[in-house]
Amino acid sequence: MTTMINQAAPAATETRPQRGLWAMGWRRLKRNKVAFCSFWVVMAYMLLAVAGWLNILGDGWRAQIAVPYAPPSFLAKTVADTLPPEAPVAGGTASAPALIMVTPEEDPIGKEMEIARQNMGKYATANDAKLESLPFGADLRGRDVIHKTLKGASTSIFVGLLGALLSIVIGTSLGSVAGYFGGKVDDFLNWFYSVFTSVPDMLLLLSFAAVAGRGIKTIIIVMALTSWTGTFRLVRAEYLKLRSREYVQAASAIGASDARRMFVHILPNISHLLLVQFSLLTVALIKYEAILSFLGFGVGVTQVSLGSMLAEAPAELVQGFWWQMVAVTIAMSLLVTTFSLLIDGLRDALDPKAR
Amino acid sequence: MNQDTLLQVRNLKVSFRGEEGELTEALKGINFDIPRNRTVALVGESGSGKSVTSMAIMQLLPARNTVIDPASQVTFEGRDLLALEGAELRKMRGKDIAMIFQEPMSSLNPVFTVGDQIAETLMLHAGLGRRDAFKRAVALLTEVGLPDPEKRAKAYPHELSGGQQQRVMIAMAIACEPKLLIADEPTTALDVTIQKQILQLLADLQKKHGMSVLFITHDLGLVGEFADDVVVMRHGEIREAGSVEQIFNAPANPYTKALLNCRPHLDSRPLRLAVIDDFMQPGGYVKPGERVRGYEASDEIILDVQHLAKSFDIRQGLFGKRQFHAVKDVSFQLPRGKTLGIVGESGSGKTTVGLTLVRLHQATGGKALFHGKDLLAMSAREFHEYKRRIQIIFQNPYASLNPRFTVEQILTEPMMLHGIGRVQMERVKMAQALLDRVGLPARSLSRYPHEFSGGQRQRIAIARCLTLKPEVLICDESVSALDVSVQAQVLNLLQELQDEYKLSYLFISHDLAVVKHISDQVLVMNKGEVVEQGDSDAIYRAPAAAYTRKLLDSIPTGWQPQAA
Repeated sequence: MTTMINQAAPAATETRPQRGLWAMGWRRLKRNKVAFCSFWVVMAYMLLAVAGWLNILGDGWRAQIAVPYAPPSFLAKTVADTLPPEAPVAGGTASAPALIMVTPEEDPIGKEMEIARQNMGKYATANDAKLESLPFGADLRGRDVIHKTLKGASTSIFVGLLGALLSIVIGTSLGSVAGYFGGKVDDFLNWFYSVFTSVPDMLLLLSFAAVAGRGIKTIIIVMALTSWTGTFRLVRAEYLKLRSREYVQAASAIGASDARRMFVHILPNISHLLLVQFSLLTVALIKYEAILSFLGFGVGVTQVSLGSMLAEAPAELVQGFWWQMVAVTIAMSLLVTTFSLLIDGLRDALDPKAR
Repeated sequence: MNQDTLLQVRNLKVSFRGEEGELTEALKGINFDIPRNRTVALVGESGSGKSVTSMAIMQLLPARNTVIDPASQVTFEGRDLLALEGAELRKMRGKDIAMIFQEPMSSLNPVFTVGDQIAETLMLHAGLGRRDAFKRAVALLTEVGLPDPEKRAKAYPHELSGGQQQRVMIAMAIACEPKLLIADEPTTALDVTIQKQILQLLADLQKKHGMSVLFITHDLGLVGEFADDVVVMRHGEIREAGSVEQIFNAPANPYTKALLNCRPHLDSRPLRLAVIDDFMQPGGYVKPGERVRGYEASDEIILDVQHLAKSFDIRQGLFGKRQFHAVKDVSFQLPRGKTLGIVGESGSGKTTVGLTLVRLHQATGGKALFHGKDLLAMSAREFHEYKRRIQIIFQNPYASLNPRFTVEQILTEPMMLHGIGRVQMERVKMAQALLDRVGLPARSLSRYPHEFSGGQRQRIAIARCLTLKPEVLICDESVSALDVSVQAQVLNLLQELQDEYKLSYLFISHDLAVVKHISDQVLVMNKGEVVEQGDSDAIYRAPAAAYTRKLLDSIPTGWQPQAA
């Protein structure tokens, strides 16, 4: 098998100049149709995420432009019939004056009420023209589900990417030191790793989140701190293997320092693994974020993510308002599925053994 | 089909489909016969298609990317093997045709005992019961000369040495009395002394069982002693086929002539080794004069190694440690412009000597005086300066170049680290000059190592060492992984560089002929100790130690009239 590949290789070099691993990986990815389509879907998501951070897209998600739980426009008529009547709310306010039998003079807060009534115009929100339906419905406060999903996906991707990046940095630096130097350093870091992994993941995640409070920053740090372990093991194993490779020894023989050998010679040789690991982590962390937000440890109340939207779903479903959940589900499954397909493709495309 | 022909290959054409659908022809329509009860050697360098041929016979080529021309025919006793499928094919493999591979360790399953693995073959093909099969397995192990076969049958593969593993593989292959045994480079991974034993065993078994053997090798020298017919292949074509006598005595094809002459011989040391191009050009090959070698009293000694020792701690049990002495009390001197060859089998400690001198291993004892200063006692900072002056070339050209660096990066990095050349431009220019010196085009600079062949990569590795203008070059099995013809080119290059720059070489190799060719003095090592040391001509003419004699006797001598 190997001999065969060796034999095929020289002939190929003669006909067409080959380039580095990344260029070849790209070519191979292009040939894999599923992965290549996934790549563009993921890229579209990334664009959407960037647009979300720059407040170009989904910026108006806070605006309460429709009636609570306004149905999607394509369902507007049928759902409007089944909407709960607004009578109890309206009736409550209407019957109030009839019950109060005190004169303005007797009323202890009468004066304040009078002033308030006069100033009412200043504070009144322009909530006059509430929409009866939206393209994909509205939530409890009448916010557009599409805008919310766009912004939420953007937040989730941001959290996933940054969390994965931080996690990779932690895992790679600890793993490379442990694998390269070995000995006592390795023992210590392995011990640290073992302690870390001995606690169930979810418990660790929740306890970190409980201590640190809510917010995007916290959630990124918390997720990075709990997810570096896999990368650590991977990188450590690779460094253990590569540090005794002849090209690393050769680098030592020409006088390259430890740091140079670690980061200039070995690191590029595992970069494709790190890319795959990074993608895997991104998907995992997007899912983790959803779980955390669902449990109430996620993003703050003023922010929206796919997870916090899902958290609203149970109460809505009971009343039959399914659109928010469906929107989140579609956005999230499409992202996670295409991302996973892309990772599979990447793994094949960047596998040096396949060369 | 002739009654005496066991296997007939006609117009075998095999192509491989590349990643982008492009076809690469590996076999361009070859024809040959394997007669009954004969040994046919298939000789060729890497890329010649010899392994593809054997795999095509066994139908082991991956169906996904292999295209076998419909006109191809492989007939075994009247049946077309290429048309066999499923159960018939499985029955044919192992029972009628058996195969042994180069790497015995990876061909044996590490979680089963060797006895069980042989017994499995017997149960599958001969229909024996478990107990009978195991008994037969022990008998087979006895036949292939494994000492203490009863006990060894219950051993796991890793408990056996490389030679013993290969014997197990052979036992497994002959278990069902195949009519044809295909041996694909069966001795390449083994030491010379073991190689000789295995070849002898194969020859004996062939005669005893009256089977045919297809022996695939890159080393023409090996086949002379026991093949009956030889087929020489190059680039997927058969260059020459004939009896062993004809191939060795009167080779007709220039390529065959070249192969016979590229390998260094024990009885001559030409100024320059023959390379294939010499024979392919009109005019033919003119043998150059002989080179005289040996240390002289007037030589300036630049490296003086005294009582070098290196031991490793081996963990034993839970907390225990045991010392393993890889190198014990090795002393030698290396003069300017001369070569000291270190020979020994695997485990002799020869590589450890080299690695210790460049401090890739820390020595546990002794001194290495380089211009009077002890390399081994220096601090890491002091030694940095000396790294420039003493360089090492590794064995495997596929592993010693960083796959993510371009050749330019590979060559300019050492200069940058040692402050040679003021700006990158200057360093690139120097790199270009060196590439030219080692015989590679300047456009190679922007390429990656995987775009080069083994020999070219080894040239790049040599150029990398030369960037530092070293005084001592340690060549650790530097030509062992190369094809014979490429080996000759690299050896010639090393020789030219020595003549030009007055380099001193420490040439570490298991190949006695190569060491004899390039060395002034030879150091024979065994189990970490120096067995014998002296001028190469003297040692090869009259070896004093029994071990040296054993090594010399194991060298394949090629075809000898009396052997036929």
